[in-house]
Amino acid sequence: MEIIKTKNLDLFYGKVQALKNINLNIEKNSVTALIGPSGCGKSTFLRTINRMNDLIDNVKITGEVLYEGQNIYSDYDVIELRKKIGMVFQKPNPFPMSIYDNVAYGPRVHGIKNKSRLDEIVERSLKGSVLWEEVKDRLNKSALGLSGGQQQRLCIARTLSVEPDVLLMDEPTSALDPISTLKIEELMDVLKKEYTVIIVTHNMQQAGRISDNTAFFLNGEIVESGNTENIFYKPLDKRTEDYITGRFG
Amino acid sequence: MDAKLKDKIWTIILYAISGFVVLLLLVLIIYILFKGRNFLSFSFLFGNPKVGEAGGGIAPMFFNSFYMLIVSLLITIPLGVGAGIFLAEYAKEGLLMNIVRLCIETLASLPSIVVGLFGLLVFVNMTHWGFTILSGAMAIAVLNFPALTRVSENAIRSAAESVKEASLGLGATPWQTISRVILPSAMPQILTGIILASGRIFGEAAALLFTAGMSAPPLHFDTISLIDKSSPFSLMRPAETLAVYIWKLNAEGMVPDASDIANKASAVLILMVLVFNVSARIIGSKIYNSYSGKK
Repeated sequence: MEIIKTKNLDLFYGKVQALKNINLNIEKNSVTALIGPSGCGKSTFLRTINRMNDLIDNVKITGEVLYEGQNIYSDYDVIELRKKIGMVFQKPNPFPMSIYDNVAYGPRVHGIKNKSRLDEIVERSLKGSVLWEEVKDRLNKSALGLSGGQQQRLCIARTLSVEPDVLLMDEPTSALDPISTLKIEELMDVLKKEYTVIIVTHNMQQAGRISDNTAFFLNGEIVESGNTENIFYKPLDKRTEDYITGRFG
Repeated sequence: MDAKLKDKIWTIILYAISGFVVLLLLVLIIYILFKGRNFLSFSFLFGNPKVGEAGGGIAPMFFNSFYMLIVSLLITIPLGVGAGIFLAEYAKEGLLMNIVRLCIETLASLPSIVVGLFGLLVFVNMTHWGFTILSGAMAIAVLNFPALTRVSENAIRSAAESVKEASLGLGATPWQTISRVILPSAMPQILTGIILASGRIFGEAAALLFTAGMSAPPLHFDTISLIDKSSPFSLMRPAETLAVYIWKLNAEGMVPDASDIANKASAVLILMVLVFNVSARIIGSKIYNSYSGKK
């Protein structure tokens, strides 16, 4: 089943066209990898899905992005949308507060004040990102004292705290060491049972390991998309093959 | 000449320049403190100034300086931080923004005596308040507003950089993001800016000469009122500050020991400014450490 669908999506930064006629379907409870060389528009595309591009001046978007059949640019309240479609960023960016407060932040801004309810959410979210065992004894310590990998899992827990349906991940492991990367990759396998994950990555092995579907972006267009195995082993387009085998990019 | 030798020479030159700056400050401070070395006496720090005889103290001026500082910060902080938030988070680049920036920069480079005369015109005469703490505090607010705005804007910008998207991405509103995440993390930097500004306010004389006046009647702490002129906390009474008093002693001192009092008052003033600057550093790094979990 498709949870997100884009129809003839164009995006302009001022006069520069960053996305050209994107038509992509994202399957529910799957991991979709967006690959392509730097500047190809994959991050821009990711950020149109929860309207993060709204923050940038001079962005013009035409075409449709449908989430569960509703156009997110006309039928949806942006705050509701971002609750449903959470985002994890390239660099771990915990808030300068305690581990507990980081995870409780989302529920709190949405009006949950009850302490035991918050405790429950914090525990569930931290277990969801497999960080609970490492931090349960120091929930009141500053989040900035955690290692980079722990910080990134904290950011994932923070995103899970508002119970989203979709997780957008913008190169979530590019700032992490191999062991932390492995942990996040294992986590993604668990996450896709409950969530739909869309991940931007520069790491071909990672895309191959973790994703069910892959879309290859080049110069603002989708060259090819579909089942990851097909894209990696039987690409239809010469440019896809060249990129995956490392001949350019 | 080979590159390594050149590098060495430049290193020495740059060290020498920095050393000169440090030396200049040290000589100045030591000279002022030495000349005013007898300031630590009860009758000087807590006594009232005398007319026509030696041995007067600086208590009212000392109190006035602090009170002036507090009142003017109460005016400047909301304005400066508010303008900083606006410039960093709400204003869109464009003509209006450029005009606002130009205005703030121009305001920042106004000589303080000009601001003082402006204060005389507007806060003293037009309002019919006369020489009052409130007029002085407003003149100083005009002087300080641009610096505080810039400090706040920069602090908010750098604090917002990484955490703003994370907060908005969780479905927080822009105001929730500013008030719950950005402002708290910008606070150490803003606080440092405020304390450094305090040092400047404490030492300001020119802007206060014609706004807060040059008289400091003895203070009686038996009435507490913001309006009653006999109360030390009155906003509507004239209040000569320490810096203004030093200027007056040197310009038209009527007491036989005028220069001695001026020297001692200068020592007190510079010590206070040092205290402000050092505490700005200590408090800033304390808060930073508590945020970053290093302690």
